[in-house]
Amino acid sequence: MELKLPPLAETGETLTGAEIAIRCLQEEGVEFVFGYPGGAVLFIYDALFKQKKVKHILVRHEQGALHAADGYARATGRCGVALVTSGPGVTNAVTGIATAYMDSIPMVVITGQVPTRAIGEDAFQECDTVGITRPCVKHNFLVKDVNELAITIKKAFHIASTGRPGPVLVDIPKDVSQQSAKFHYPEKIHLRSYSPVVKGHSGQIKKAVHLLQDAKRPMIYVGGGAILGEASQEVTELVRLLDFPCTSTLMGLGAFPASDKRFVGMLGMHGTVEANMAMQNCDVLLAVGARFDDRVIGNPAHFAAGNAGRKIVHIDVDPSSISKRVRVDVPIVGHVKDVLGELLGLLKASREKPDSAALAAWWAQIAGWRAKDCLKYDRQSKIIKPQFVIEKLWEVTKGDAYVTSDVGQHQMWAAQFYKFEKPRRWINSGGLGTMGVGLPYAMGVKLAFPKADVACVTGEASVQMCIQELSTCKQYHLPVKLVNLNNRYMGMVRQWQEFFHGNRYAESYMDALPDFVKLAEAYGHVGLRVEKPGDVEGALREAFALKDRLVFLDIITDQTENVFPMVPGGKGMSEMILAEDL
Amino acid sequence: MRHILSILVENEAGALSRVAGLFSARGYNIESLTVAPTEDATMSRMTIVTTGSDEIVEQITKQLNKLVDVVKVVDLSEGRHIERELMLVKVRAAGKDREEMKRTADIFRGRIIDVTDKSYTIELTGTTDKLDAFLEALDKGAILETVRTGVSGIGRGEWVLKA
Repeated sequence: MELKLPPLAETGETLTGAEIAIRCLQEEGVEFVFGYPGGAVLFIYDALFKQKKVKHILVRHEQGALHAADGYARATGRCGVALVTSGPGVTNAVTGIATAYMDSIPMVVITGQVPTRAIGEDAFQECDTVGITRPCVKHNFLVKDVNELAITIKKAFHIASTGRPGPVLVDIPKDVSQQSAKFHYPEKIHLRSYSPVVKGHSGQIKKAVHLLQDAKRPMIYVGGGAILGEASQEVTELVRLLDFPCTSTLMGLGAFPASDKRFVGMLGMHGTVEANMAMQNCDVLLAVGARFDDRVIGNPAHFAAGNAGRKIVHIDVDPSSISKRVRVDVPIVGHVKDVLGELLGLLKASREKPDSAALAAWWAQIAGWRAKDCLKYDRQSKIIKPQFVIEKLWEVTKGDAYVTSDVGQHQMWAAQFYKFEKPRRWINSGGLGTMGVGLPYAMGVKLAFPKADVACVTGEASVQMCIQELSTCKQYHLPVKLVNLNNRYMGMVRQWQEFFHGNRYAESYMDALPDFVKLAEAYGHVGLRVEKPGDVEGALREAFALKDRLVFLDIITDQTENVFPMVPGGKGMSEMILAEDL
Repeated sequence: MRHILSILVENEAGALSRVAGLFSARGYNIESLTVAPTEDATMSRMTIVTTGSDEIVEQITKQLNKLVDVVKVVDLSEGRHIERELMLVKVRAAGKDREEMKRTADIFRGRIIDVTDKSYTIELTGTTDKLDAFLEALDKGAILETVRTGVSGIGRGEWVLKA
């Protein structure tokens, strides 16, 4: 077969497709590739073997590779990269891809495919990768011509990391990785069908300024977009300049420092009373990189009807996030950092000041809600309370650890009780809610920040979903600390069954659990069991003092503890159940 | 409300399934969808007829714009436009019905493009409404086969949809 080379490529050296793929990763400055080899990617692994710049991290299951790359991306803001083989390699990766897609995490996923001549013949380890992943990627490509490979990978990194980020997949048939082409990596790329808006509409920003200045009961609601868009500094400056209350979604925690008195806590299904009530009762709401999803505002009809006069300003890089569930008065499409910068400039230049009397009355009302002390729990308990463990974790790590979590009650307690001061410190699966992410997330974070404390807050159900990665941690010396809140139940499932299914705990009890201490030891790590409240702090200190060892803390917690407050599904956000209501 | 969306997409393998997949994944309706390359071979033009409230159609447009292969989207029903659909109908045309069938086709400005002893194949172009009206005018038992292209649309006047 004759290869048709584009003119630009003629200046480059001749490389195989596999070498081109690795060279592209080098050009992008990729530090780590998380992956698992197989037949269709053997040439790519051979090319990886022959170089040192890009380090490969061998996981134990492809799902772990995707989550680890995702965790790396969440903590660093850079593109995570994963490499898996065709067929089952891809299907195992799908959960990880969908997890990243739901939380808009930049990732490039390289997958092997059967040779082009075999595509469609139901070849060994063949699956329609582009078809299977289409609904859960920002974009994907099947590269059929080796001459198109470099430019396709360039496009993948560009699309993944700009606009609203997301995973992009590049499917490379085995013969394409074997064929040769001249290598040329373009510095810049232009796609006529893809040009995300950066700058917000000035007129809209002016409208927003007027609304904020005239507000009597303002509220600032910050989502994961503020973290993805690196707008934490602008958010913080804005909230402090205006002296407005600020709440955050699960994904936005750390964008505004939790220790600031203007922070009213997380909002939503398990948000604080003060956050949810202020959200429901405010007269001007500024939403920054958030999407009013079902776990945040609950029933949208209740949210709208409960306060018809509320004016909403919504800044988001993705126009489809605006007016999707809640009608917005002042939509501003643009990069949150850019838009907030402009907004701040106008506010500082303006001579108008917010209505201080109205604001004082609003803060007094919020103080009333705060006085409910909705996160209180029994501190005298003889059984370990999970909330207490998170408070101690915060103390021991001085509030400065990277905290990953799995999904369930422990995730909510970590979000409520670990007071995040900085962005990108709280790493969890918000959108897809994927159990099993915690350990691989911690791996990705620890590789990015080897000196930092990395804790994985997990539960005995979630942790078993990617437990095999303890072996990866051993191989690459990743001394993360697992804080296993072991209540012998799928806690959140049990809680819903208690509240809404007449205490019928169908299949939510975790029977025949492994001895986690021995399990950790079997993988070559340190395991510690903690059974008394008095031992929690000591065990945490011991774990973090063991700087070069992975420590699995199996903490036996109260089986009956529930996450409060709670907005039942389909209810309005002011219709919370509190611990004292039961 | 019925809307006619005109979409320019990259002429790439998979572009159609991205668009169709978006509609099924988000539960939007497709009444008809037509697609073919344009004078610029790197692009295809798609016309989708959909129904939904203003909010839903706004979301559909935004979601379509988000697809990397989509170059441009316009809701033709927001302005003056022309829409046409082509239909081929094979009908029973024997004995005394044969003349009547020809007359009905003439009234709707249909053309008979294939003939056998017992049948006509009629070509008819027009709005969806007109094609529906023609089918209603025929005796149900006389219709042997129907094939329709779905709507193609274009804006009126000098305005053009360009990349």
